[in-house]
Amino acid sequence: MSFASNDSATKQSAGIAITAEEIAEQGITASEDVARYALYLGDDALMLGQRLSHWISRAPELEEDIALGNIALDLVGHARFFLTYAGTAWGKTEDDLAYFRDEEEFRSCRLVEQENGDFGQTIARQLIFSYYQHELYSKLVESQDETLAAIAAKALKEVQYHQDHAAQWLLRLGIGTEESHRRIQEGLYYMWPYIDDLFHDDDVTAALPGIAVQPSSLRENFDRRIAEIISEATLELPQVDQAWGGDRSGEFSEARGHILAEMQVLARQFPGATW
Amino acid sequence: MNAPQADHLKAVSDAALGEDEQAAQNYFDQLISEDSRVEPRDWMPEGYRKTLTRQVSQHAHSEIIGMQPEANWITRAPSLKRKAILMAKVQDEAGHGLYLYSAAETLGTPRDVLNQQLLDGKAKYSSIFNYPARTWADIGAIGWLVDGAAICNQVPLCRASYGPYGRAMVRICKEESFHQRQGWEILYELSHGTPEQKQMAQDAVNRFYGPALQMFGPPDEDSPNSKQSMAWNIKRFSNDELRQRFVDMMVPQAEALGLTLPDPDLKWNEERGHYDYGKLDWNEFKSVISGHGPCNVQRMQRRRAAHSEGAWVREAAAEYARKMEAHNAELIGA
Repeated sequence: MSFASNDSATKQSAGIAITAEEIAEQGITASEDVARYALYLGDDALMLGQRLSHWISRAPELEEDIALGNIALDLVGHARFFLTYAGTAWGKTEDDLAYFRDEEEFRSCRLVEQENGDFGQTIARQLIFSYYQHELYSKLVESQDETLAAIAAKALKEVQYHQDHAAQWLLRLGIGTEESHRRIQEGLYYMWPYIDDLFHDDDVTAALPGIAVQPSSLRENFDRRIAEIISEATLELPQVDQAWGGDRSGEFSEARGHILAEMQVLARQFPGATW
Repeated sequence: MNAPQADHLKAVSDAALGEDEQAAQNYFDQLISEDSRVEPRDWMPEGYRKTLTRQVSQHAHSEIIGMQPEANWITRAPSLKRKAILMAKVQDEAGHGLYLYSAAETLGTPRDVLNQQLLDGKAKYSSIFNYPARTWADIGAIGWLVDGAAICNQVPLCRASYGPYGRAMVRICKEESFHQRQGWEILYELSHGTPEQKQMAQDAVNRFYGPALQMFGPPDEDSPNSKQSMAWNIKRFSNDELRQRFVDMMVPQAEALGLTLPDPDLKWNEERGHYDYGKLDWNEFKSVISGHGPCNVQRMQRRRAAHSEGAWVREAAAEYARKMEAHNAELIGA
């Protein structure tokens, strides 16, 4: 059996060639509207990558140090693409946007900012987010914006693995032992109130028909697919009200400030420095 | 059977066993003298097996504990590119740990037993990882000096007589050379940055240089096991030979970085064709390796916590596998 080189999950196969550096060098400039949308996508990936990276050297098994680290690395990679592209609208680099925006300027959803908690809580967050991201990128590959489509094509292959990783762990924890069943169920309850945030259409997405994916259009598939895997794992679909207040224009979790304080501390000690 | 008959039979079987063992030993000796590879199913002397199990598992433990000082900076890396590179690097270390535990397992000791030896404090790991990574420049110094020393040590191990170990080292060395390059790059950027950044780089090199030289182990006259390891073709060069090679390699690299090495006695010796270097503080080495370095307690505490907090996850995975197996057996039976 042979594989074509573009079967690799770490190589992008559709659209234009892609690394963050190449996006920066291509001389393409995102419009203001596209840049605002790219921030949504980039900030979600960055926050979750930052959160997950904390597991490296702390995971239940060496194999999970590698797996969670790899997912975190993919997400930071996605963030670099989207932030680099967004930055072209304002003459800013990925690092200007990651390190020198304040809390209220980020556009991440509350779900990705939630604490890691135990492994069950982390897997619950991974499950929700990777299922959402899978739906999102599956549609974004058809975006009329070629750069967004190319980023999505690369990211989609990786997110397929993220989704599989989360689903496999959901099954192991749901079906494994009484304790693991209890913990993953608690994790799902903890994360569930922040699901609606992912599916709000707003002025940013509405301004980009054919370019942005309208989040509400992803809901039906998401609901169906996540209910299936949760049921297969012998777990209960949480029936809880959604947490009040969660659009991307300024509502954010308490955790965001802590995440940024840690992430930005060194870069802000040396503004203008290169690394 | 009367007693003399039984004694006679025993004597015969002992002689047979003795002959087999002698033949096996001869075959092993021949492999070593031909500089060939010993493979897991080959007979090997107990001492060879023990020495390798200890060395390979200590190496694996070092990779795993070594993830901690670097993971310490992943969340604070000063650019997204540096963050991504560092994450990939620490992931590599976990991968190296896995190859090495697998190589050690081929010698007959399971990974969970080796892991337990680490958690119980019965197994050692490289003492360099008991030093703190206080600043971002320390990540550069760890890559350049610590991974650099590791490469000097490990390249000859690619030819180690034990096959699985040598083959694991080939792959590890390839990745380590990337690691060293990223460390070099970090220090290069810092030493060509602002005065504060350059100072940060110099300070890191000042702190890590001595401990990196000690990574090659005690001076030859205090390293009694080296001789046997060399006779077995596990080790190819003595501790002092490797240390010298490392010093000779690092001096021009430090010059290219625009940084100094913290050794007033460092001087080119025309006659020897090597750099002379100053005495190392072996009391510090002994103290750190026996548990009294700046971070020994924290490193072990974090490893134990990850293991105990993850116990329920491992149990769930094992129980799930058992249930699925039973379920499949039932399906096949029905």
